[in-house]
Amino acid sequence: MNLRELEPGEVRRAVGAPILALEAISLAFGGVKALSDVSFDVLEHEIRAIIGPNGAGKSSLLNVINGVYRPQQGRITFRGEARTHMEPHRAAAMGIARTFQSLALFKGMTVLDNILAGRNLMMRSGLLLQALRVGPALAEEIRHRRRVEEIIDFLEIQHVRKTVVGRLPYGLQKRVDLGRALAAEPAVLLLDEPMAGMNIEEKQDMSRFILDVNGEFGTTIVLIEHDMGVVMDLSDRVVVLDYGKKIADGAPDAVRSSQAVIDAYLGVKH
Amino acid sequence: MSASARNLTIAFFALLAAGAVSPMLFQGVRFPQWLEIVIGGLMSGVLYSLVALGLVLIFKASGVFNFAQGAMVLFAALALVKLMAHMPFAVALALVLALMVALAWLVERLVLRPLVNQEGIVLFMATLGIAYFLNGLGQFVWGADVYTLDVGMPKEPKIILDKFFEGGILVSSEDVIAAIIAGLLVAALAFFFQRTSTGRALRAVADDHQAAQSIGIPLNRIWVIVWSVAGLVALVAGVVWGSKLGVQFSLQLIALKALPVVILGGFTSIPGAIVGGLLIGLGEKLSEVYLGPLLGGGIENWFAYVLALVFLLFRPEGLFGEKIIDRV
Repeated sequence: MNLRELEPGEVRRAVGAPILALEAISLAFGGVKALSDVSFDVLEHEIRAIIGPNGAGKSSLLNVINGVYRPQQGRITFRGEARTHMEPHRAAAMGIARTFQSLALFKGMTVLDNILAGRNLMMRSGLLLQALRVGPALAEEIRHRRRVEEIIDFLEIQHVRKTVVGRLPYGLQKRVDLGRALAAEPAVLLLDEPMAGMNIEEKQDMSRFILDVNGEFGTTIVLIEHDMGVVMDLSDRVVVLDYGKKIADGAPDAVRSSQAVIDAYLGVKH
Repeated sequence: MSASARNLTIAFFALLAAGAVSPMLFQGVRFPQWLEIVIGGLMSGVLYSLVALGLVLIFKASGVFNFAQGAMVLFAALALVKLMAHMPFAVALALVLALMVALAWLVERLVLRPLVNQEGIVLFMATLGIAYFLNGLGQFVWGADVYTLDVGMPKEPKIILDKFFEGGILVSSEDVIAAIIAGLLVAALAFFFQRTSTGRALRAVADDHQAAQSIGIPLNRIWVIVWSVAGLVALVAGVVWGSKLGVQFSLQLIALKALPVVILGGFTSIPGAIVGGLLIGLGEKLSEVYLGPLLGGGIENWFAYVLALVFLLFRPEGLFGEKIIDRV
């Protein structure tokens, strides 16, 4: 199965200049080094994967990009703006959205409200107008709702739009998580193990959604996976981490045949 | 809600209904007299709900049990009384509201932010500190006297339905106005939570902090907003309770009555705070009047706590709360 084949009518945007760059990032929790001296960049419109065995520091790296963790050293450049660390809500305002490995949805809210919440930053009208749904607030509400409905259609979850998220099966919750991130119309989408815990069919669905997001909206995607097979089919370039260090970086085929990567995944004879 | 939890809730309400109606059946109580007690109970229940609402709002959004809610009620009422001596009611009300927002901002800056990611018990202890600080500050600035708060609520009780029953039913007009105010406040809050983007952000934070941040909701600002809303609720409760009972130190003890209310309704449920308050107000009055003669009276003082104890034993999440199931 070659997932990278284009559908008729689909225009895959050409990969552009670097949109996000990490330089010499080091992160430690007390004495435990999670990341040491990791550098790589992400080009506009590409799908960039971060892989590595369990505990390699993949999630830590994603949390550094997202601003949850503050690295002790290094620099993050996003859209030409360099800084030593991000703040999660500021990262969101700058156009970085994310999904979570262990679901972090608003369980008490409906699918519609969850995805609508992803557009919260774009809502500008006054509180009173919003509450009464009059004038410009009504127009704004309709505009956001329309966009949310498009996302719901895109992810094929129309049948559960009014269901409270906590009652949905796992696979659908994962889609809602993706939908909420998409609702913010991000420049960069961070996916933390989007296929974790899924069966083959669900994995194929999710792969299709990821490719469509990239193809249709041109969203740059950074994804973490430990399932090598999925990643190789999906991504343009792959970073491999092991024990917090970058051990390989390049096209999927080059990475797959790298001795360091084979050693990290299969172990080395001592 | 699982099937057994639903059955338990239905059983509770059935028991309550039976208890509420039984005096008429077995003790030959006349209907108008019974109705008077029920209405009186529900009215005082509304006031409990008001304080409980403040507790639930803060607990939902930040997981903090705010022991200072009662102190905030007293503080707001005290400030209002003192300011009203110098200016018209509306201006004083606006100023006190501004004061409560400033307080919310200070609490976020000086207490919540330095203690972020600490255990719930640590934050609870911090709110104990806030409660003592507010009491001390209030007494230091305004003195510890008992004040009357006159916001122009009619004091005379009214007789209604006298066309249907002989003698009619006696209702306190003050209580009716208080209930209307509480109802309006709850409706306004419901609109705010359901329809505005800020309300959605508050619900989002209540459900998941990390995810809320990832979609660009700054936690610090949300805490200021939610403490401000709790301050507004405290102000309304302060006005209503203060004009009924006078502004005095014991006003903050009503916060202790709000505790059984939230245990009954569930710590995370706004409808729970309202229903819980009504049930406790109703239960207190009915048990005082009908069980009082059997048990020697004074039931009103302990009824709420015993009911809460029963709930803690059999249904700790309350009527409307979420059942917390830890994965092993």
